[in-house]
Amino acid sequence: MSIPLNRTVEALPPSGIRKYFDVVQGMDDAISLGVGEPDFDTPWHIRDEGIYALEKGRTHYTSNAGLMELKTEICRYLARTQNIRYAEDDVFVTVGGSEAIDLCMRALLNPGDEVLIPQPSYVSYEPCALLAGAKSVIIDLREADDFRLTKQALSSHITDKTRLLVLPYPNNPTGAIMEKKDLEAIARLLIDRDIYVLSDEIYGELTYGGRHCSIASIPGMQERTILVGGFSKVYAMTGWRLGYAVGPKDLIAQMLKIHQYAIMCAPSMSQYAGIEALRNGDEDIAMMRGEFDKRRRYLLHSFAQMGLECFTPYGAFYVFPNIGAFGLSSDDFVMRLLREEKLAVVPGTAFGACGEGFIRISYAYSLDTLKRAMERLARFLSRLKEA
Amino acid sequence: MDIRNEILATLERNGRIDLAELAVLLATDESEIANEVQAMESEGIICGYHTIIDWSKTGKEKVSALIEVRVTPKRGIGFDEVAERIYKYPEVASVYLMSGGFDLMVIIEGKTMQEVAQFVTMKLSTFETVLSTATHFILKKYKDHGAVLARKYEDIREPFTP
Repeated sequence: MSIPLNRTVEALPPSGIRKYFDVVQGMDDAISLGVGEPDFDTPWHIRDEGIYALEKGRTHYTSNAGLMELKTEICRYLARTQNIRYAEDDVFVTVGGSEAIDLCMRALLNPGDEVLIPQPSYVSYEPCALLAGAKSVIIDLREADDFRLTKQALSSHITDKTRLLVLPYPNNPTGAIMEKKDLEAIARLLIDRDIYVLSDEIYGELTYGGRHCSIASIPGMQERTILVGGFSKVYAMTGWRLGYAVGPKDLIAQMLKIHQYAIMCAPSMSQYAGIEALRNGDEDIAMMRGEFDKRRRYLLHSFAQMGLECFTPYGAFYVFPNIGAFGLSSDDFVMRLLREEKLAVVPGTAFGACGEGFIRISYAYSLDTLKRAMERLARFLSRLKEA
Repeated sequence: MDIRNEILATLERNGRIDLAELAVLLATDESEIANEVQAMESEGIICGYHTIIDWSKTGKEKVSALIEVRVTPKRGIGFDEVAERIYKYPEVASVYLMSGGFDLMVIIEGKTMQEVAQFVTMKLSTFETVLSTATHFILKKYKDHGAVLARKYEDIREPFTP
């Protein structure tokens, strides 16, 4: 007997990386560069604050929107880093950035609405849009544009039904960023067409060469931007499940209703640790950013030496080399690299069809690990070239 | 951070790093790194290169002690002369001038407890400027020069996450 299940959920595609998981599981000396989280442990002073919260018995529900102190710190953080002013009522604390993405789509979209999703990008936008009953309209980003969203690409996908643009920068998986001038170029269009922006800035502190610029800081954009941020990538706090959404009061109030019924509140001890992170974590960020930057340079240098083409990324902790010269699909390339050299990376196609011809390599690994991995990759590529 | 500080911060944690590699990491060229390192060596900014060793795992006997030393400073030269008389002994690993309840912190390394005791009673405490000493033997090193000795790094992350 088959149980009738929700058709929308059943139609969701399974994870594109599952099959590599199974292969890597059976290997003892595989090196994985497939991870989307920092290799650093959460800085000790932040962990200590979490432990202290447990010791003090701060183990109860907090208010649905999160601790007032934490919301205040989030507002202060956005004021000092982006010069955007928010009140505590404009903010609420979520279970990671992922929850905020889901809630934003569910609170904003109606059946028939269109959501613009630039790809390659993080895997959850399309499923969340689908679950919200909306239609995803994919914008293929191009390597020639450094994987930035151009005004032309945006305007050619806007229709009367377009309600929301997902803006995933700094970008996973490409490492692309949007600079102030790029954001200004698209802002006018969004304001004129009355389109909301879901700005996923989970990697916002991880840019190299210049500070990240939020689209909410562009004049006229704050009132139509839902800014999603979090602690996972910035403070190496993935397992704490802590993020936030800030935006227009009316929308935040609706998102908060879903959060209240589905989640209740983000973990209390994580929230206490989050306060400490925002108050005293700037040096940790600087240290980790510095390390990531060195690794980024090392990988780009190694690629150049082995003749692997790669655009220069300035954000997140990923590089997105172009494997077009080797005549293999992303999937075949990744599977063979794993089988032959025991090196695990993620095919670009896991992040959208236009990721074909690319692979994602994470540099959330020690330099030693990256070095061993690059030896394997170089060996693999020279074999492909000979063949 | 200027290039010198970047070099020093990296070398302090990894003295064995290849200069060509360091040039890649710091976005400069190898000759600049080599010049700076050489200059800092001759200026006495870089004073030497060390290896962090957990001797307790080698089976070789080794004893370290911290010795608090109180001394009478000499007019005109302060503590420098007595410090020099102490640091010239090869078994002395470090000598620091301290604030607080005593004046010099001497770190000494010997083969046995006996050897360390010998140094303190026969040499150090016989200096006329030394008023008193207090010797603390190190029982176990948990962390040294920023390296945690007790634990090996283990990657417990899932092999793939989107």
